[in-house]
Amino acid sequence: MSDLALEITAVDKFYGPIDTGVHAVKSFDMNVARGDIVALLGSSGCGKTSTLRMVAGFEEVSRGSIKIADREVNRLPPVQRNVAMAFEGYSLYPTVNVRDNIAFALKAKRLPQAQVDARVNEVAEMLEIADILDRIPAQVSGGQQQRASLARALIRDADLYLLDEPMGQLEPQLRTLLRGRIKHFIKERGLTAVLVTHDQTEANALADKIAVMEDGEMQQFASPAEIKERPANLFTGTFIGEPPMNVFQAKVGRADGRIGFHLAGDLALIYPAEVFSAELHKAILGKSEVALGVRPYAVRRVEGGAPAQVVTNQWLGDQSHIAARFAEGTLVLVEHDRARVGVGDQIGVELNPRDLHIFDPDTGDAISHGQELA
Amino acid sequence: MDTQSTLEKVLRGIAITAVILFFMFPIFWIFLMSFQTNETILRVPPSIVFEPTLTNYKALITGRLESTAGALEIEFMSNLFNSAYLSTMAVIVGLILGVPAAYAFGRLKFRGSEDIAFTLLSFRFAPPLLVLLPLTIYFQQIGLANTYFGLIWVYQLIVLPLILWIVRGYFEDIPADIEYAYRIAGHGFWATFRKIALPLAMPGIAAAGLLAFIFAWNNFIFALVLASADKQPVTVGALAFVTASGIQYGQIAAGIVLSILPTLALALYAQRYLVEGLSLGAVKG
Ligand SMILES: Nc1ncnc2c1ncn2[C@@H]1O[C@H](COP(=O)(O)OP(=O)(O)OP(=O)(O)O)[C@@H](O)[C@H]1O
Ligand SMILES: [Mg+2]
Repeated sequence: MSDLALEITAVDKFYGPIDTGVHAVKSFDMNVARGDIVALLGSSGCGKTSTLRMVAGFEEVSRGSIKIADREVNRLPPVQRNVAMAFEGYSLYPTVNVRDNIAFALKAKRLPQAQVDARVNEVAEMLEIADILDRIPAQVSGGQQQRASLARALIRDADLYLLDEPMGQLEPQLRTLLRGRIKHFIKERGLTAVLVTHDQTEANALADKIAVMEDGEMQQFASPAEIKERPANLFTGTFIGEPPMNVFQAKVGRADGRIGFHLAGDLALIYPAEVFSAELHKAILGKSEVALGVRPYAVRRVEGGAPAQVVTNQWLGDQSHIAARFAEGTLVLVEHDRARVGVGDQIGVELNPRDLHIFDPDTGDAISHGQELA
Repeated sequence: MDTQSTLEKVLRGIAITAVILFFMFPIFWIFLMSFQTNETILRVPPSIVFEPTLTNYKALITGRLESTAGALEIEFMSNLFNSAYLSTMAVIVGLILGVPAAYAFGRLKFRGSEDIAFTLLSFRFAPPLLVLLPLTIYFQQIGLANTYFGLIWVYQLIVLPLILWIVRGYFEDIPADIEYAYRIAGHGFWATFRKIALPLAMPGIAAAGLLAFIFAWNNFIFALVLASADKQPVTVGALAFVTASGIQYGQIAAGIVLSILPTLALALYAQRYLVEGLSLGAVKG
């Protein structure tokens, strides 16, 4: 028995005829270790639900293979896959009450009634829905339905838990509370879960690994820290992180022991060549042009830095978001104190080489991350 | 909306009354006729003042018609039984075959499913007369003519497409994920069909069954050709009232009233389902 709970290998999904239908998932690979929580992040319509549905067995796999607990399941009906799922649309059974909705998987296994009740109550209390168990779905709110649907999945004894936006309907406070409890619940029991979310904080807080998807393709599959510090490509770099990473096109130049990135508007960022490793030199200098990324919180204001002009300055209660005109584009920076700059002010900014992410402008793939610099 | 003027209310009342009168008058007239003798029915000018009599009903129920030309045996009650039996059986068979088929057409989009479903519907377009002659010959050859079994079979031409298309719309309206949620929780395909899909589609199934029953009950042409006296339903049996000594309008009217009653009772009972079922089935293409 390998320690993988889920292996997705070279999976394609076409809605409609293969090769001519809607290509929702493209040569997708993802291995999930037993006991891990994986968050699937990506913009709307990128194929997250399609992927989960193939794993659950509601959509046919057009190409490739899916293994759950070392068993190839491509051709197995859902009932034999032993996975639990919380649906994006909740899909509660409308004519029975919430309690029976949550319990119907346990009933299928003919557990004794006392045990069923105990488990329903436990999950319901964890998700704060113990007070609505005797109502039918039409009589409870959307957020309560969503939690009932989540409870229906978590109560199962499954090899894999697929949670499609399990907390999308909840207010931030409740979300934060439940997030902690759910993580504890999953980890305590050593369950394996794949969850779809649009909330990066949630992904960071819950997940051992994050899978970033775009347009049906896996962009990066790594730990939250790795995704943040070493985005594999421009998409991941700009998709993950709030506010998004600043990106500028730059021409690369080299003169007497220095490396310069020439931005639009005659602006140059000059660094001593020795801060970049020899390999990096080659990689960077091999390109005449690169895309430079820098995260907003890594940009510092300094006297005599590269010139920028403030466009907006918003105080969000715990941090300032400053947008400035820089190199004929916009540079966003985040400061944790209330920044005393006004619209139109000239400021100087400094970009530390350790905070630079360098991407190939054509393919978007990462060439180097400042963190790798010695 | 609730600030409706009196004029509007009055106008609406008049319009509703007019429509009701228009549609109900023939039935009302037949109801009156059923309590009259042929003489009072045929007098000129007609009048709604008459001495009511139960002779028509008595004749139908006892099966003996005393007329000026002598006594006549009529089989109205056994015809009524035939109608009930044939329609009920046809609907039961139609539901047993049609509901799973509707589920298949609605849920499992298999290759050619649209074509097959449409072909089944097109049976409703074909004039029955077109198929009657060959059907009669075949039925006589294989010994199905003048059997309940054969008639119920032919009635499927009427009830099956109806059930299929109404119930299919209902199945399509159930979100597939509700069924998936049940299946992934450890229930098989068959259990999901029985426990989730069937109950949720029940209003549609009831409506389709009722409508199919009415259509089967009202059928005339198949039974006329394929059934002889002992198997024929009331629609055909009513022809017996056209006798050598004239048309027995009174008995025809009483026969109509008696044969409307079962469907009327059924329709009133299931009225809610019927309207719901039809409109839902119709909205879905
Ligand atoms: N049944 C279907 N038939 C045809 N195309 C479909 C079908 N289901 C989904 N798609 C398409 O496949 C792509 C991926 O859809 P999917 O539902 O997997 O997106 P998602 O990542 O879950 O989006 P969201 O975050 O909005 O839920 C979309 O372009 C969608 O339009
Ligand atoms: Mg989705």
